[in-house]
Amino acid sequence: MNSAPQINHLNLETINNALLSFLGVGFDYEDASILEDVSLTVDRGEFVALVGPSGCGKSTILNLISGVLEARSGSITASGLSNRADRLGNVSYMQQKDLLLPWRSVAENSRLGLELRGVSNSESSTAVEKLAESFGIADELDSMPWQLSGGMRQRVALLRAVLPDNPVLLLDEPFGALDAITRSSLQQWLLNVLDTSNKAVVLVTHDVDEAILLADRVLVMSSNPGQISAEVKIDLDASPHDASVSTSSEFIELKKHILDLLGDHEVTQ
Amino acid sequence: MNSLRPRLIEWLPAAIIIIFLIVAWEVLVEVLDVQRWLLPPPSVIFVEIFDSLGFLLRHTWVSTTEIALGFSISIVLAVLLASGIIWSRTVERTLYPVIITSQTIPIITLAPLLIIWVGTDIMSKVIVIVLFTFFPIVISLVSGLRSVDQEMVDMLRTLGASPWQTFRKLMIPSSLPSFFAGLKVAAVVSVIGAVIGEWFGSSEGLGWLMKIAGGQFQTARVFAAIVMLSILAMTLFAAVVVVEKWSLRKYPPTATRVIRLGD
Repeated sequence: MNSAPQINHLNLETINNALLSFLGVGFDYEDASILEDVSLTVDRGEFVALVGPSGCGKSTILNLISGVLEARSGSITASGLSNRADRLGNVSYMQQKDLLLPWRSVAENSRLGLELRGVSNSESSTAVEKLAESFGIADELDSMPWQLSGGMRQRVALLRAVLPDNPVLLLDEPFGALDAITRSSLQQWLLNVLDTSNKAVVLVTHDVDEAILLADRVLVMSSNPGQISAEVKIDLDASPHDASVSTSSEFIELKKHILDLLGDHEVTQ
Repeated sequence: MNSLRPRLIEWLPAAIIIIFLIVAWEVLVEVLDVQRWLLPPPSVIFVEIFDSLGFLLRHTWVSTTEIALGFSISIVLAVLLASGIIWSRTVERTLYPVIITSQTIPIITLAPLLIIWVGTDIMSKVIVIVLFTFFPIVISLVSGLRSVDQEMVDMLRTLGASPWQTFRKLMIPSSLPSFFAGLKVAAVVSVIGAVIGEWFGSSEGLGWLMKIAGGQFQTARVFAAIVMLSILAMTLFAAVVVVEKWSLRKYPPTATRVIRLGD
């Protein structure tokens, strides 16, 4: 291990075992410091949520992990890849918008990642059909994106992101633009889809309920510059699949705690 | 079969206007006793077209060949130029001034020079057509390629796309709607290019025919050539629309839908 920048809440063992490590990262945009000494690690099979005020650099963290942006300082390693260009194409990333190509059918959109890797159309179509059922889009494979509802489009976007089967999955407000009912049914569905996947997942969200429901750990961020200010372990007795979980007292306690942490920074920023 | 009747009704206003104009022209020429060599009535023009149809078609064919060749060269040239402009800032800085300058020179003044340089064979006409048509295609293609969303580009990068893959799978398909808009302008303008090219150095084609017939006061023949030119331009335009419809068949209806404030 090289002499890493100061890493507050992590020890060397977790860093070495982690599938994703993001250590002492700083990032500037046009002379403004967006992220300052941000560190986090995610293990295989672990689901981490990032919550924080708008503009705190949550999405920037995902852009840095995926390799879209280059960090000013610090080191980022995902699935053993620490070179930015190498991570492009090897980290699954579902952006906030579905970004489906309007001239491609659902099946053609879903297999885009495999196609770019040079997988033959017949082989990638088979891969799409195999997962289409569990993604709930089996009947829509020949539809065009503009014929789908927002919820369906998000499912296609997620299928496109996970189909290359990278060990690290990044989700940026995946259900942010959806109505409450669709969102909660997709959250349950996402839990099921990821249950057995053993991926390292990072979710960025505004929605504290969503973070508690889906994540094993919630990282609270503050802004100007973006930093991780607190970490909250989520250890609910009730199953997240239980419809009443979000009204249980332990859930509400956690939510209060996280909102307090967020609120502190709103005041002090 | 069901859709035939409403479609006929849709075109009814256009048909009525055209018939009205032709009838008005015929009547006014009769009533005002206009000389035939000054302005022949439509009936005389139709007779002229009918009588010398073979002759007209032969010259139409000559112009069509020039246009087909010029238009094809324009498309290839425009695609190369637009791709270069998109690919590199240096290429853009180098090419754009040249392209704009080429459009500020009145092409009519270039046509006689082209005859001196390349002779009176088909190439002089083809070059004039290319000069007329490549510009709208380049401009529309560049703006189409530029319309691509940065988020889409980033999405493709996270899926591991190379710059060339991004160009092929994202930028080219995104640019198609505006590319076809440019092609439609170029299709109509290409006919003007052919006439000007033939006017200055040719012994055949509709442009040459108009010049010769005009000099001999065969006004009906000039009009007959104009009718053939219009049909040629409309056919070319329609051909572009057919290719466009086919190419954009998978695009969302919003890409091809027209918003009409009047209906």
